[in-house]
Parts: sequence; structure tokens; C-alpha cells
Amino acid sequence: MNGPDFLQQHTDRLKSRMGACFPGERAVFRGHDLHAELRDMDWVELFVFGITGRRLTPQQLRLLHAIWVYTSYPDARIWNNRVAALAGSSRSTPTLALAASLAVSEATVYGGYPSISAFDFFMRTRKKIAQGEHLEEIIHSERQTRRIYGYGRPITSADERLPWLLDRAHELCLDQGPYLRLAFDVERVLLKDNPLLRMNYAGLVAALSLDLGFSAGEFHLFRFPMTFAGMPPCFLESSQETEGAFLPLSCAHIVYEGAPKRSWQSRTAQPA
Amino acid sequence: MSSPKKPEQIHTRIWLEEQEPDNPFAAKTAFCHGYDVYGELLGQARWTEMLYLLFRGEAPTDTQTRLLDTLALALANPGPRDQSVHAAMCGGVGGSTAAACLMAALAVGAGQLSGGRELFLSMELWNACGTDLASWHNRFAMPADTTVSLWPAPAHPPGFDPHGVSTATPVLQTLICLAEISDAALLPWLQAHHLDLETAAGLPLAMSGVAAAALVDLGFTPEQGEMLYLLLRLPGAAVHALEQKQLGYKKFPFFSIELENDPAGGSP
Repeated sequence: MNGPDFLQQHTDRLKSRMGACFPGERAVFRGHDLHAELRDMDWVELFVFGITGRRLTPQQLRLLHAIWVYTSYPDARIWNNRVAALAGSSRSTPTLALAASLAVSEATVYGGYPSISAFDFFMRTRKKIAQGEHLEEIIHSERQTRRIYGYGRPITSADERLPWLLDRAHELCLDQGPYLRLAFDVERVLLKDNPLLRMNYAGLVAALSLDLGFSAGEFHLFRFPMTFAGMPPCFLESSQETEGAFLPLSCAHIVYEGAPKRSWQSRTAQPA
Repeated sequence: MSSPKKPEQIHTRIWLEEQEPDNPFAAKTAFCHGYDVYGELLGQARWTEMLYLLFRGEAPTDTQTRLLDTLALALANPGPRDQSVHAAMCGGVGGSTAAACLMAALAVGAGQLSGGRELFLSMELWNACGTDLASWHNRFAMPADTTVSLWPAPAHPPGFDPHGVSTATPVLQTLICLAEISDAALLPWLQAHHLDLETAAGLPLAMSGVAAAALVDLGFTPEQGEMLYLLLRLPGAAVHALEQKQLGYKKFPFFSIELENDPAGGSP
């Protein structure tokens, strides 16, 4: 069945296994009564249960907490945080500020894309190794066509977050998974070519999440609020300052490199 | 003695501002790609001319202005059945902020079903295949690109309606009107060959496919086209959000739900 007949089947009625609200009575969350059964979950536990339908061990949850805590930097210069701060300075609402900051975090240069790319690379690489390919060859071939995410950093190759997260993973006995081993094997190969290509946070988080059993889609959802805790302070500080005082730009801050001044009246009728 | 710190600067090829003599934070003049915005464009240039100038860096021809103007009208309101407008109405009916309503419309209208991403992919397809029907056949026969991306894997050929039966009348009317105006290659070819393309795709043409052809004809890149498409569909989202706010939630459907795993075996 396709076309309008298919759509017709879905009109006016939602079928769900995820949950529903029974107003005045109760709420169901993935087949469980939210208040009667899940009320003692901590927020991250519920969040991950909502994504995966699985209940994680206390050790796994502590690792997930650490992943979020260790990269929540209230530095309003960072692009996504800056959005929150600009919203505060321009007297927007906290929700708009934070929603926009989070949306901006799904970026290509940092945030979303490097994380899921590293995740995807590790998944594909492990599969290829299981099929008999050699890691060096896989990496060489990968680098012919695309960048390997999860290694290297624009300003400094050192990532201050790694030792802390590795320590926490070790303390929780969650540092022995095959993907983390693979991530370090990849780093060893890359460092032979370029000493700047040390593993970064995106690579480590992707490997640890794979070892926790996340699928690519689950990981994409889990990682989304990773830098969130750093955003409210950025909003707050600029909203408490005089309006417009957050990094104001004068005309001299703008360097114009475009077409010289010209007249609209005497423009040619030629297409661009 | 340390040297003075280099001032932070933003580089742009689009916008020049000269400061007021008494205030470096206030612009006395603003030039868009060289044209004096408030001294000359204001009152002389049209909104769509300004849009074209902003994106392309040059003034449009009369034909290009008319084409963009007509496309903007066709896209202005996807209607309350559209998922992006539905999202905006969810904002409006609950009394969410205006920006939240538009952000909802943008987020939902960004995707690969009738959204900005579909438009982007469709423009890429137009750039790759152009007016060569054999290329279109080849592309449709190719397996879907599985390269990891922020976006999900495409579920249908971009620019075509996965749930359609035949070309919807407004899509056809838009195509005919735009093809009549366009002096570029794609729209007239699409008008002549849309049935061949639909046969090759196995699906009817969608508004996004027509818009993509128009935006390529206008010289926009897929990145520019995606941005424009997101912008041009917002007016409808805005007015429908405002309307539902006024009508109130009692008139807005909440729909029923069938819970397949209710621990109490009930249904709300």
C-alpha cells in the first residue's frame, strides 16, 4: 500500500510504543508507569532509557554523566555558547537562547558531525577488521577519500578532557571495551604520520559510547545536550550585564572586502 | 613593551558600514555589495531584488527578479497541512513566543521531506543531471548514498513526492508559470519533460523539485537555495501560528493515541 491509501491509514490516530499521557490519571513512558515505576530514575537515566529502551548500570550512567560534565564549558566565546550569550545581551528569553545554542551545536567543524563521523568510522573499521582487513590499510584508504574524525584539534593537539574521562572510565571498569582499544590503535597509526593527530574528545566519547552498546542513531540523540550545562551561565552573565554590552562590534570591527561603491540607477541589466 | 593587540575583525564581502561621526557603533551609511542601501536602494529596489543582491552579489535582471518574485509567492505558504506549518501552529496554539513558532517551522521544514534539505539535495541533482534524461535515469538507479551525515539517509529521490499519485495541480501551475518566465535552461526543459522524469523516479514531481530547478536557473548554489527556501516558506508558518493562537486550543486537534504497550492495558 502506498500513496494516499498509506497516508489515510495514519490519519487522526497515533500508534505508539513510546508513551502517552492519561490526563488526571497517569503517564506511560516506554511501557512503564512514569510515576509508579520510574520516578526514582535520575534524569540522565530516564533520558537514555527514552532513547534506548535499556536500563544502564550505575557505572555506565556515571560514565555518561562524566561525558557531559567534562565538556560543559561556560566560555561565551565558543560559538554555540556565544549564541546563548548574545540572546542574553539582546534580552531574548532563556528558552530561545538555549534552544538556539543547542541547535547550533549540531555543527560540522565541532559538535555533532565530528562525533557521529568518529562513531561511524569506528563501526565500519571494526567490521572491516573482523572481515580480515588490516588497520593500517583501512586508515590509509579512508584518508584517501575523507578526513578521519576523532583525532586532532585546531588550536592544540592536546585535549585536556581526555585524561579525566579515561580516569573515570578506568575507575568504573569501563575502559576495556573493543572500541576503545581500536580507538587507541587508530591513534598509534595516525601519530606515525602526524604527531598532531592525537585522539580528541569526539573520538573518545564515540569509542566509549560504542562500547556501551549505543547504535549510531542512539548516539546522535544522546550526545545532543553534551555541552548544554555550559550554556545557561553564558546566557545569565550577559543578561545581567547592561543590554548590548556583550562583545559589541563597532563599524571598525567589520572589514569589507567586496565590490566597490556603485550606483543602483546605472547598474547593467546583465545577469550575475 | 608588548605590542598593541590586533583588533578582532569580521570579514565580509557583502556589507560595508561607515560610522556616524559621533558614534563608531552607529552606521551612517550601509552598502550592500557596493550599493547604498538607505541612500539609494530604499524606495527604488524591490524586496526580491534585494534578496537576489544579498545572495548573489549582483543585481538581478528583470527576468530574474520576476522569476524569484513568482517563486517566493508560490512558496510563501505551504498551507496548514504541511508539517512545518503544523509545527508552527503547535507553537501558536500553546502561546509560544513568535520566534519559537518560526524556529519550530524551520526545524521541521529543514528536513528531507519537503524541507530545506530536500531542496538542497534536489539542487545537487539538478546540477549533476541538468537536462540529460539519461543522467537522471542513472542517478535514480544508483544506490542511496550511505556516507554518514547529520541527516538521515534519504528515503526518496529529492524533489519528488513519495506519497503522490500524480503531479499536484499547484506544482504543475507553478512549473508552467515559472517556465514561462525563465530564460535559463532547466525550467523550460522540466516543463517539457516532467512526465519522463516522473516515470524515471517512479514518483510525481514535488514543489521542492520545481523550486530547486528555479533556484538553479537563478544561479544560486545549493547552500544558498536551501537558505532561501527556508526563508521563503516562513510567512505561511507565521500567519497560521498567529491564527491558531487566536482561535485557541479547543479548536485545535489533539488526536487520539493507541498505546500498544500500556502496562494497565488502557488507552487515553
